[in-house]
Order: sequence, then C-alpha cells, then structure tokens
Amino acid sequence: MSQPVKLALADGTVFSGTAFGAEGESFGEVVFNTSMTGYQEIITDPSYCGQIIVMTYPQIGNYGINPEDVESSGTALKGFICRELCEKPSNYRATHSLSSYLAEQGVIGMQGIDTRALVRRLRTQGAMTGVISTVDLDDESLVAKARNSPELVGQDYVQAVSAKETTCWSEALSDLARTPANRTLLEPCEKRPKVVAIDYGMKWNIPRHLVDCGCDVEVMPGTSTAAEILERNPDGIFLSNGPGDPRPLDYAVNTIRDLIGKKPIFGICLGHQLLGLAMGGEIFKLKFGHRGANQPVMNKKTGRVEVTSQNHGFALDEKTLPEDVEVTHLNLNDNTVSGIRHRTEPVFGVQYHPEASAGPHDSRYLFDEFMQSMTGAKV
Amino acid sequence: MPRRDDLHKILIIGSGPIVIGQACEFDYSGTQACKSLRELGYEVVLVNSNPATIMTDPDTADRTYIEPITWQYVEEIIKIERPDAILPTLGGQTGLNTAMDLYNRGILEKYNVELIGADAKVIAKAEEREQFKKAMVGIGLDVPRSEIVHTMDEALAVLDEIGLPLIIRASYTLGGSGGGIAYNRQEFEEKIRQGLKLSPVTEVQIDESALGWKEYEMEVMRDKNDNCVIICAIENFDPMGVHTGDSITVAPAQTLSDKEYQMMRDATIACMREIGVETGGSNVQFAIQPETGRMIIIEMNPRVSRSSALASKATGFPIAKIAAKLAVGFTLDEIPNDITRETLACFEPTIDYVVTKFPRWTFEKFPDADSVLTVQMKSVGETMAIGRTFKESFQKALRGLEIGHFGLGGGKKDLWESSLRPEEEEIRSKLSVPNSDRVFYIRYALLSGMSIDEVHRLTQIDFWFLRHLEEIVQLELELKKYSSVQSCPMDLLTKAKKAGFSDQQLAGWWNVSELQIRDYRKKQGLEPVFKQVDTCAAEFEAYTPYYYSTYEQEDESPARNPEKPQRIMILGGGPNRIGQGIEFDYCCCQAAFALKDLGIESIMVNSNPETVSTDYDTSDILFFEPLTLEDVLNICDRIKPDGVIVQFGGQTPLNLAKGLEAAGVPIIGTTPDSIDAAEDRERFQEILNSIGLKQPPNGIASDVEGAQSTAAQIGYPVLVRPSYVLGGRAMQICYQESELIRYMTEAVNASPDRPVLVDKFLQDAIEVDVDAISDGETTIVGGIMEHIEEAGIHSGDSACAIPPHSLPEKTIEEIRQATYALAEKLEVRGLMNIQYAVKEQDGKMDVYVLEVNPRASRTSPFVSKATGISLPRIAAKVMAGVSLKEQGVTTEVIPKHTSVKESVFPFSRFPGVDIVLGPEMLSTGEVMGISETFAEAFAKSQIAAGSTIPESGKIFISMASQFKDRIIEPARRLSKLGYELVATSGTASALQAADIPVHIVKKVQEGRPNLLDHMANDEIAFIFNTPSKRGPLTDEGRIRAASVAYGVPCVTTLPGCLAVIDALEAFASNPTPKVRALQDWMADMN
Repeated sequence: MSQPVKLALADGTVFSGTAFGAEGESFGEVVFNTSMTGYQEIITDPSYCGQIIVMTYPQIGNYGINPEDVESSGTALKGFICRELCEKPSNYRATHSLSSYLAEQGVIGMQGIDTRALVRRLRTQGAMTGVISTVDLDDESLVAKARNSPELVGQDYVQAVSAKETTCWSEALSDLARTPANRTLLEPCEKRPKVVAIDYGMKWNIPRHLVDCGCDVEVMPGTSTAAEILERNPDGIFLSNGPGDPRPLDYAVNTIRDLIGKKPIFGICLGHQLLGLAMGGEIFKLKFGHRGANQPVMNKKTGRVEVTSQNHGFALDEKTLPEDVEVTHLNLNDNTVSGIRHRTEPVFGVQYHPEASAGPHDSRYLFDEFMQSMTGAKV
Repeated sequence: MPRRDDLHKILIIGSGPIVIGQACEFDYSGTQACKSLRELGYEVVLVNSNPATIMTDPDTADRTYIEPITWQYVEEIIKIERPDAILPTLGGQTGLNTAMDLYNRGILEKYNVELIGADAKVIAKAEEREQFKKAMVGIGLDVPRSEIVHTMDEALAVLDEIGLPLIIRASYTLGGSGGGIAYNRQEFEEKIRQGLKLSPVTEVQIDESALGWKEYEMEVMRDKNDNCVIICAIENFDPMGVHTGDSITVAPAQTLSDKEYQMMRDATIACMREIGVETGGSNVQFAIQPETGRMIIIEMNPRVSRSSALASKATGFPIAKIAAKLAVGFTLDEIPNDITRETLACFEPTIDYVVTKFPRWTFEKFPDADSVLTVQMKSVGETMAIGRTFKESFQKALRGLEIGHFGLGGGKKDLWESSLRPEEEEIRSKLSVPNSDRVFYIRYALLSGMSIDEVHRLTQIDFWFLRHLEEIVQLELELKKYSSVQSCPMDLLTKAKKAGFSDQQLAGWWNVSELQIRDYRKKQGLEPVFKQVDTCAAEFEAYTPYYYSTYEQEDESPARNPEKPQRIMILGGGPNRIGQGIEFDYCCCQAAFALKDLGIESIMVNSNPETVSTDYDTSDILFFEPLTLEDVLNICDRIKPDGVIVQFGGQTPLNLAKGLEAAGVPIIGTTPDSIDAAEDRERFQEILNSIGLKQPPNGIASDVEGAQSTAAQIGYPVLVRPSYVLGGRAMQICYQESELIRYMTEAVNASPDRPVLVDKFLQDAIEVDVDAISDGETTIVGGIMEHIEEAGIHSGDSACAIPPHSLPEKTIEEIRQATYALAEKLEVRGLMNIQYAVKEQDGKMDVYVLEVNPRASRTSPFVSKATGISLPRIAAKVMAGVSLKEQGVTTEVIPKHTSVKESVFPFSRFPGVDIVLGPEMLSTGEVMGISETFAEAFAKSQIAAGSTIPESGKIFISMASQFKDRIIEPARRLSKLGYELVATSGTASALQAADIPVHIVKKVQEGRPNLLDHMANDEIAFIFNTPSKRGPLTDEGRIRAASVAYGVPCVTTLPGCLAVIDALEAFASNPTPKVRALQDWMADMN
C-alpha cells in the first residue's frame, strides 16, 4: 500500500518517505513554502515550474482540491513534499483529494519525512537541486542524478508556462475572494480601460482582479514584442509573475524597455524583476528565497506594513538601480527591494503578490493604483 | 516615533482571584506587561487582589497594591498614585469592567487618567452586544440573528419570533456565566431570569443557534499606524454550542481553505478597525456553517484573553508583551522579534507543528453539578500539547491532562476492556450531548463498529478530526494484533510513537511495565527528538530555547551552555485543577528566578499554556511537554540535568519522583524517601512518636468492616479519606456509622488499591498552617497561619491570617518547636508545610499534627507576600546547595500588620450545588487583604473575594442547633450596627429569648412568601447559615444554592460568621477604604 519515494539533494542528503500522487522521477530546485493554507493555489501557480516544493506546515490536503481555487489550468511544479497528507479531505467545496489531483497532474508527492530537517538544511545550505523518485531508490544513484541535473539559475522556464497566443480574459474574482476588504475602492469609470497582461506564467487571480477593477483584459504571450503589444492599443500593460531566473529572458527585458514611457506599466514578481532589469538594475539570487504568506513589507510612502504573499528566489539589487528608479517597498525580514517605481513615468512593480491567492489581501490597493495610472479614477 | 513621553506612570489592573473563565493567563499577560513597560522606563503601578501571582511580587511592578479590584479601591489607589494612564486590556474581564466603572463614574476624568490600549468607547462598542452587532452589520459582516432584552416580556417576544433552540448570554459577565442553550420554554425562562440577574446591566442577549457549526477564533494585533497582524487562528474540535474554554481547540485552523481563511482574516481586521481598538491584541470568534461555508461573526474581546495566552504559547509570539509596547506608542515594525532577533514583530507567525489544547474539568468535586458542556464555561484548567501531527499532539494533550488517560485508549480508565464496556445507547447519548468524556466515547463508538458518518451525525464534529481519531483507533487495533512489543514490527511501533501513543498505553496492551517498553524502544533506537518553537517554521534561525518532543529525525535540543556549567530542571504542575493551581506555578517560577540568581541553567517542564512558567522568558530552556514519567525521562535523556526539582509543582511532579529516582535521575532537595515517610501512615506515626508529637487517634481500613471497627475504637466523628490524595479528594467527615458505611462503598471505588485512612475528627479545633524552609542545619518558619474556619474545612478552602489572630503565644511557640523537630527528623531540604490542629481541652491548648508535606504548599505565595520573604526562591537556592546562612536568611519574620487569605469558589458555575464547605477542597482561587488590624484585613479579603459588605439591610441567620447559643452575642452586635435580623422560627426564638429583635420568615416547606422569595426580591443582604443537613435536596441546601443564584453572600461556618461580624464592625467605624502599596508594608518590616 505505502509506496516508497526518495528525495536526494545535490549536497548528498537523502530523505525516504511514502509516495502519493504520481509515480516516476523528476528533478527540480527544492524550495520550501511556509504558508499554512493555500496548497492548491501554490500547486497550480506556474511560477513553481522547475521546482520541488516542501510545505513547512505538516498537515496538508485537509480541505482537498476544488474547481475554483486554481491559479492556472494545471500544475508546473516537479514534486510536492509534506509531513502528513490528508487522504480524505473535509470541506464542502472539495471535489478531489490532493493525492488524486496530483496523480492526475502527473506530480510526484512525498510524505512522512522530517520536513523541518529538510527545511533547515535548505535554509542553511540554500535552495538546491534535488531528485525525487519512486522508481530509482538507490541513494548513490539519486545523489549523482541530483548533482548532474541542471540548476535553475540561467534557465528560461517562462516559455514552458507562458500563454501561446493572445486571448481575452473575462473571469472575475470568486465570491469567496470578494470580501469587503478585497474589492476596488475606485469609482467606476465611464470607459473600461484595456489592459494587456503579458503572461510569463501568470496566476489567474491577477486578471481576475483586473476584471474586478473594471478592466478589459487581453492576455499575450511572454515573447510578445513591444510593437505587437502596442498594436493592441492598451491603456496599460501588466507584467505577470512567472518562474525562475529573469536574467536569461532578454526578449522580455527588451520588450519592456521599449514600452517604458509609452503606457502605464505594472509588474508583479517576475514582472517586477524584468521591469527592474529593463530600467537598468541587476538581479541576484537569494539563498533560499521568500515563499510564504506572512512576509512583512513596508510601504515607504505610507509607513505602513503589509503582510504579503511571496514566491521568489531572485531579487533586484537596490545598489544597482538607476537614479530614476525609486524603491517604494522593502521586505522587513531582510530589507530586500519589494517595490519600485519610475520617478517620472507611470511605471511600477512589486516583488510580492497583491493578488494574494494564497495569502493576505493587504496589498490589493496596488490594482487600484494601476487603475488610477490608466484612468485617473478617484477613490 | 517610539514611546510616548507624555506618560510617566501607568496603572495596570490585574484580574484578581483564579475563577472559572479567568485563570493564570492574566498573570502571564500582566507580568509581561509590567516587565515590558518598566523596561521602557515607565513607572508601573499594579492592583491585583491575588497574592499567588508573579505580577504581585514586589519586584514586578514599582508600586504593587494587593487590594480588592473594585472601583472604590482603585479610586483610592489613583488618588495616591496619580497615574497618567490605565492599561485595562491585560486584566481580563475584571480589568475591563473595573476600567469601565471608573470611567462611568467620572473618576478617570476627575483625576485626568487616560485609558490606553482601548478606551471606554471601544470597550462599550465591543462588549455591548447590540452596538457590536450593529457595527458588524455596518461593515458587511454576517451575524447570527439576535435580540437584546432587558425584561422577561421582551425575552418571550423573541422566543416567539426566532424559535428554539436559542442561545442565551448575559452581558458583561465572566467566561459566559449566566448563559446557556435553551431547548424548551421552561429552560428558556430559567436561563433568562438567571442571566438578567447576573448581568450587572440587567441585559441578556438571545441568539439564533448556530449549534453544530464549525467554530474558530482569530487572535489579532493592531498598532497605532493601523498595521494589523493575525497571530494565530484556532479551530475548535467541538462545534458551536460548547464554550471555547470547554472545547478542545487546535492551532492553526485545519479545515479552512485559503479562500475561507482570508475571508476570516479580512473580517477579523475589519472588526478590529471598526470597533476601534487602537493598539493591542483582540480575539474575534467566528462560526462557519459546514455545508454552505456561510460565515458569521460571534463576538470580539477587545483585550488580551485566555485564547491569546494560548496563541502566544502555541506560536511563540508574546502577545501581551507586544500589546503593552503598542499601548505606549510603539508600532509593530519598531519591535524586534525576540525569537529570530533579525526579524520584526510585524509579521504573522507560521508554525510547523500542530497544537492541541484540552480543557480540564473537576466534575468529580461537584457530584450534583450538571456535567453537560454548554456555552457557560465549566473547566478549571487546560493543558496544551505540541506535536508534528494532529494525532501526536492530540494524544500528548490527553496524557498531559493527568486524568489517568495516557492517550486515546488503554490504561485503567479504558472501559472498553473492562466489565463496564458501554452499551450502544450510552455511547450514543455520550456522543450527542457534549460532555467531558466525549472523545473517549468516540473511540468506543468506533470500536463498536459505528461508522464515521454516524459519529459525525451525533457529534457534528468535523470529519477531519474524526478521521484522525479513527486512524488512532485503527493503529491501536493493528498494535493489538501482536502479543508483545518484541513481536511488533519496528515500523508499526515507530508509526505508533509518531501518532503519539505512550509507553503506558503500549505497556497496558502488552501486559508489561512502562519501563520495559521504554527500555525496548531505546535499545531499538526509537527515541524522540526535540524541535524548536520559532514563530517562523524554520525560515529563520531562532534563539528562543522553547522545545517540544516528536518522533522524527533531526534533534534540535540545546547543547550545554559553557557559561552555566550546572543544569537544574524544574517540573511544573500541569493543568490547573482544584487543589493544584497558580500557587504552584508561582513556586516553579521562583525556582527558575533563584537558579538565574545563582548562575545555574534552569530548565522548565510544564504543559499548562496559561502560566508564567511556560513563558520562554522565565527559564533558560523551556520544554512544553506533558508531565508524565515517559516524557520527563525522555527530556532527561537528552538534557542530562544535574538536578531535578520535584517539590514545587504540587502533587504532579511528586508522583513522578520515585520513578525518576529509580531511573537514575538526580532529585535534589528533600529525598523521595523522606517525602514517602511523610505520606506513609505508619512511617509517619513512628516519626511523630519519636519526637513526642501527637496526631488525632487514627487507623487504617481496607474494607467496610475494618472502617467500622476502627471508627468504633477511636470514636465518632471520624474523618475518612483515601491515602495519597490531592486537594482533599473524596475526604469526608462521618458523624455516624451509617455515613461511614455509605462513604466506604464510594471511597473504595474511588481508590481500589489504596487503603482508607480513618482519623478522629477534632471538633471545634483551630487549624494552623505552617510553611517552613530547612537546609538540614537551620530551619526557618516562613509563616504561621491561623485558619478562620475550624479544622475539618479543607485548608485550601479556609481563610487564614498571618500572624495568628487569636492563638496564645505559648501555643505558637509550641507549634514553632514542633516544626523545627519535624524538619530535622524528616531531613527536609527546601520547603515544608505542616497542618496542625489546636484544640482547647480542659483549659489547655493541645497541638495535634494533621499532615506534613515536605514540598512547596499552596500557601507559599501568600506567606511570601505577607512577610516579604520569597520562600520558594530561598528554598530553591537551598536545594541548589546554598545554605540559609549563606543566603543571610536566619530569622523568622513576624509582620506587625495582618494579612488575610480568603478562598474563592466556583459555585456560580454549578447552579443548584450545595455550597457547604468540608474536607474536600472546592475553591479555585484566593485573594489577600492587608491591613493593620485583623478585622479590616478580613473585610478587605471578603470584598476582594466578591462579597458585597452591606452597610445596612437584612441579615438572615440560621444556625445548626449546636451553634445557636454561640451566635447570640454576635447577633446582638449586628443588631446594634443597625442591621435587621431575619431568621426562621428555631434560630429566631433563640434570639428573641435573648431580647434581640428579629423578623421571622417562613422556611421553604412552610409556604410562601418564604426566604427564597425574599432573596429573589433582593431583600436579603447577607446570609449566615451553618448547616445541619447537607445536599441540594435539603431546604438549607436550596437556600444556599439560591444565595449563589441571587448573588447574596452566604457564610456557612460559625467562625466565618464571627469574622464577618468583626469585619462589618470595622467597616462601620471606618467605611473609606484604605489602600497601601506592598512596597510600603515591606519597608515597615525592615
């Protein structure tokens, strides 16, 4: 009944657990997420492409999987690890168990290991490549595979998850997400602004928010050129989140560079990093990244702190940002750049996820700010 | 922009005595607040009537007032101290209510005192249900349908409109007292009547029933910049309908998707903002309908609460400490997170374990009480356990409860394997009506083959929880397939340990000793590791030495500290219960402070989330673990302590002493053998004989006949009790043989393999408690306490005074000498407590030794406050090897002023229960009154304990026949003071014969209007009633029970009545309260 599964890290550590979900073998960068809820949103977040996720919260799968809380049409991650899986979920919306969903999606799951020990190793040694396997259970062989697998740094994972063609987006926020605190505060505009959302692996809750603000949204591939985008005649351009290292994505950086000064631009996560690169900043890799729903971010303008959802392994280096870029938000845990804004153009980005999902709604106001940059709407 | 510089002096209001619904958690929060405000340079003034608190230690606050927490006394304190502000949000409901009284009476305005944390408007908006509901609807939140009523007529109209069942809550009462669920019209009327009476504003809320819905609590903090963070989400195992204090609760929330969780988070923060709590912590409760996800907001507490203490311990985030800093102007992003050091307090803790809290009830103390759990809290304590999975933490919590269950099944209390295996009908009824044993009946149900769906239908407990219980039961069945531990496959055994099964459970099933299981699994390398509680799920390095055990791979337990070569472990007292509560936690904390003074590394082990001892700041290393032999030995294996202190945590650690010693753990202080000598009947008798002390005549019996013959030999009345008991459990005075026979059947059941002790009961004797410290060379008496109530009333329930108020000096000296002799003979190293009885016989005072306990006593903190000498701290140093001489403690302190300790009872939680005191301890807490005279100190203690001292009005007197003569002169004094006396015919004729004016009222059986009617009409101000018959079915019993329901003070012993009369006289001649800081009393003594 209980099938063994192993995880080998490039540093030679091997964990043995019990398998769930799909069988097979895959490699990826092993990273941990500290959210206590929201595993479904995390699993379906395309930004995890190329990664194996360890959840720090030990009881996962409790409320199952439902059709509404997805952030993309499937999964992009390479493996999923938790301390104890719940086989029989309890929630009125659940239609699948986590295990059956992962099996359907072809994702290898692992439970029953000391996840805290694994997390502490990643924290001290840094995120590293690992191989998860139900087919090869030989430690030495697995460690060798982990060492020989390519690292995440320098890879382009965007093209694996980006939209392939331009589409219209119409879905709005689900009723559960439309709490009084999570709705637009702006007065409705006469004319619905049109936003082109460039999809580098976009979480669906972002366009849902844009629709909720009253935008018409068109989703375009991450490889789109500035000319192609401007041809759609948008009122604003949104740069989405996405997986991996932004540095190899020259096509995206070039596009954005050409767009700055032409239209209001708003970037989230990878989109924010690409924006920073396009404005002349540099990127560095964080030791083990920020992944969770409790990351405090200081809004330098208001002096207030937002509790944010984050998922990134790279960050903009504040020292390298040119004069005309202002740092608007800081991560209070390590003082890394969490938000930037062009001093003269309506161009800004945040490293974290105002669309939440999973995570708090504290930063929803950023969508209103984007809206205002396009329409001048009032609160 | 930190710290407000316009404030200099801040008054903190404590929560007073431990009562159901308000326990040590407010000592924890108040102590944290005092510490952090003083660190910031503020002068802190504290008022709290409870001496058994760390916060009332003279060095916790700058100025400490152990005075009644009423607006009158607090006004006097304000008058003297002139504080700039009051922080009312850390002293529970008492603190909040007192602050509101001060505000409503214009006292705050008069003395220009600001309320910080939450102002009067905020408190009213959160606490007044109508305002609250309106506010919540206003911000778009869903609420249960409900109405506020002030009269019975209004209530009946609501009943017709919404329909039954309905939930009834009285406004402004503690822990939901004066409430309940009404399933029928009669219940409804009863509960409304009681609620209107108990509510200080005659206001009752009637709610649409959300019975069976999922229940949640959110702990939230806000700073003056409007930064809001959620510290913890707590999910109740028991669905709506059971008070959260009586529910098993789990952190974090388990069955909410992120969408639902964020919806609740948004609602919590919106509520906080709308109510307007500017700074600090609050608690918001929600219910979710499981089938539809509809979420309603139930209530909000704009203050630190029991749940916030739990949340602090569950996450490592010190809510009260941070709340105090926020109240004086700091913002969350200006306060560092102590645990990680590199990050800030402005974040939301994330945890990588599961926390289970389990309530502890004491229904065995109140056999007549209704043990059904409702919206009115009935538990007296709680335990918390941390595990990596729910199964592990749940089973750890069960054994942490110390109720004889070492997990979900097994052990002597497991009925399944016994002749008492419950039948299906009983199982069904125990599942459908919430009660303290429900989880065990869920197991019986599963073992009997009942489906999970059926269990869910009956209990409405979420499937997620039930399936985990099912998995535990399946594991049990799997384990039982093997005949011995050796034949059980290691992976199954490992799985069992990971699921929280204890060695005790396994030992029971495999018919071997607990130690055999332990030895076997250790040989197999199956040992727990210790993980750190770090607020951040290992995302950052943590520095806080706070640990729990689990069966996993990596151990994080701390290495030896090179700067502190010695390690000493202190075993705490576990969950609060009647007989073992905050007093022992006080002692454990003092021990930790003593070790700190000596540069010794202190290691605390405890499982009670309410306490100061489980604050990670109190000791050098904290293990949050159940206090069982297995769990403590596991810690010892890793930590290798140089010494273990078992004297300070009450009976719990003492019960472990022998097992620890046998396992080679070094116990320091008085040896387990000496402890045994004091507890063993025969050995103790020998000791007394050898030093020329006497006991009341006594014997021992193991059956009914034996008891009868012993009693016949020593003569009635006799005091009977099982050996090795705590808090006078099952102790009783038998005046005649029939009572003895009835008792013996019960007692032998209560304690089958322990004999029953039969003592001659000394009638009308004065009881004396002595606390002393000895180092083997010197013995110092800490305090000699004369009880107010006569011997036979449990010492924990009796009021007492330091110094003795009536004993002759010669007797006191005799007691002192006896204490020295006993300390020497028992080779006491550390604290000891002796109970004496002094009986006047033929004009001579005879001193008897009733009991010796070579350990910290319940009175240790009271004595420490009365004399200014911290007994437990000194004793801990003695145990660590520093003699009394080396400490400079060589003389007994005899204060010039008088301190009176009074006990506080939970009767109002158990309607209908007879409140007569006896040898079984019933009180939950204590208060202290200090004054120059006994009468005034006693008066203060009465007010502090919640009695109203009437200035005029009717006093009802009813004396048992043997006391009638002795009440006459005291009654005359009452009459002279201007009180009208009321009595039933018997007592009345005795008073009339002595020319004392008295009104005669009808006894209950004499028709109406009788005394009960007069009580109901508020015509009786005080009751003196010494019992001739006991029990809720007697007339007297009904009167006494009614006194609780109607809130009329009732004294049930003659000495108690006499002391009250002294107090009334003192009060009449000097009605203005006089307050004085502890520091000033102390200064007088030097």
